[in-house]
Amino acid sequence: MTALATDDVGKRYGRRWALRNCTLEVPEGRVVGLVGANGAGKTTLLHLAVGLLEPSEGAITVLGGRPGAGADQLARVGFLAQDAPVYPSLTVGEHLRLGRQLNPRWDRDLTDGRIARLGLDLGQRAGKLSGGQRSQLALTLAMGKRPELLVLDEPVSSLDPLARREFLGDLMELVAEHGPTVVLSSHLLSDVERVCDHLVVLAQGQVRLEGPVDELLASHRVLTGPRRDTRSLPSGQHLVQESHTDRQTTLLVRTTEPILDPRWTVADIGLEELVLAYMSRPATDGPAAELAAVPS
Amino acid sequence: MIEFRIDPRSGVAPYRQLVQQVRQALRLGLLHEGDQLPTVKDVVAQVAINPNTVLKAYRELEHEGLVAGRPGRGTFVTRSLADESLAAHQALRGDLARWLGKARQAGLDDDSIAALFESTFRATADEDVA
Repeated sequence: MTALATDDVGKRYGRRWALRNCTLEVPEGRVVGLVGANGAGKTTLLHLAVGLLEPSEGAITVLGGRPGAGADQLARVGFLAQDAPVYPSLTVGEHLRLGRQLNPRWDRDLTDGRIARLGLDLGQRAGKLSGGQRSQLALTLAMGKRPELLVLDEPVSSLDPLARREFLGDLMELVAEHGPTVVLSSHLLSDVERVCDHLVVLAQGQVRLEGPVDELLASHRVLTGPRRDTRSLPSGQHLVQESHTDRQTTLLVRTTEPILDPRWTVADIGLEELVLAYMSRPATDGPAAELAAVPS
Repeated sequence: MIEFRIDPRSGVAPYRQLVQQVRQALRLGLLHEGDQLPTVKDVVAQVAINPNTVLKAYRELEHEGLVAGRPGRGTFVTRSLADESLAAHQALRGDLARWLGKARQAGLDDDSIAALFESTFRATADEDVA
């Protein structure tokens, strides 16, 4: 089944389109990394997925239903907003009790165990917690409802490196054990590379690249060689990025066929390089359609 | 039990790093036949990687006949890599040392030696495949 599907979704604020022509399909059980520059439309897409926003055009389906439609749908989706909001005047223990009372599938073993392991004081007011502790509390609450889809907006941005590693470890443990689909946005490409098996790159409100990480890495090659014209590339090689010096040409191509031209030195590409190439690519007419035309 | 680590700067795909670490442990005799590999849940919690990465690595090791999954119990080592070739190491190391001596005498620096080894290794590996 599809966990998240968008069909030509757009969201407009006044006259500005925050997201446009967004067509995606995320199979269940994936851990999706949503990356893109600030203002690329990541938060808008996540808010659409959890039902905090309505699309201006197109249709969005989450776990077979409309986002935010009714209590049943809400119970199946967990959401952690960007600044990890908690109730400052409630204690950690009161947050857990609230979660237990409001969520029919609350996993008490998971939440109590996690809070104990993190060393959070149940009597402490959430407003007095550090930024990292607040994020951990908010994630615990989002995990505790045992969602089928867990949506996390920049969950690690306020955490120190150690807390970040623990947070991602816990998240992956949850995925291994209960298999929810996770969609998380992040600027930290090294984290995305570790934990995500599906990638969505947004730029200027449009999806520039989308698919399973393995397939994306396997279908891109970096070619370097003597300077040459790129119009003569074989038809199976789709040019993503090119740069030239007076003597040398460097290309990033998307292809599933072997590179036969002996003048090229061929190298694999890493996730970070791939993401940066697509993020910096100028907008073209109908990039999604263009990419979809490349066999994968 | 072995402990995995992932080096994000190695340029080697994470699942391949896990495969290499198991093979290395088998070669060095750190893992023996019958030993259990860490569960997927333990690995992902410890090194914070996607569970599918671990599954993929274990599948590949299984495919190579080095480990076997027992449903509900875990993944276990079925074959060791240590004793088969360990005996030959001494003689091979001697050959290699002599070769390295010759290469240095011929004026090759460390980078050139590594490059020559690498390209010859790849060329002969390709021949084996062909």
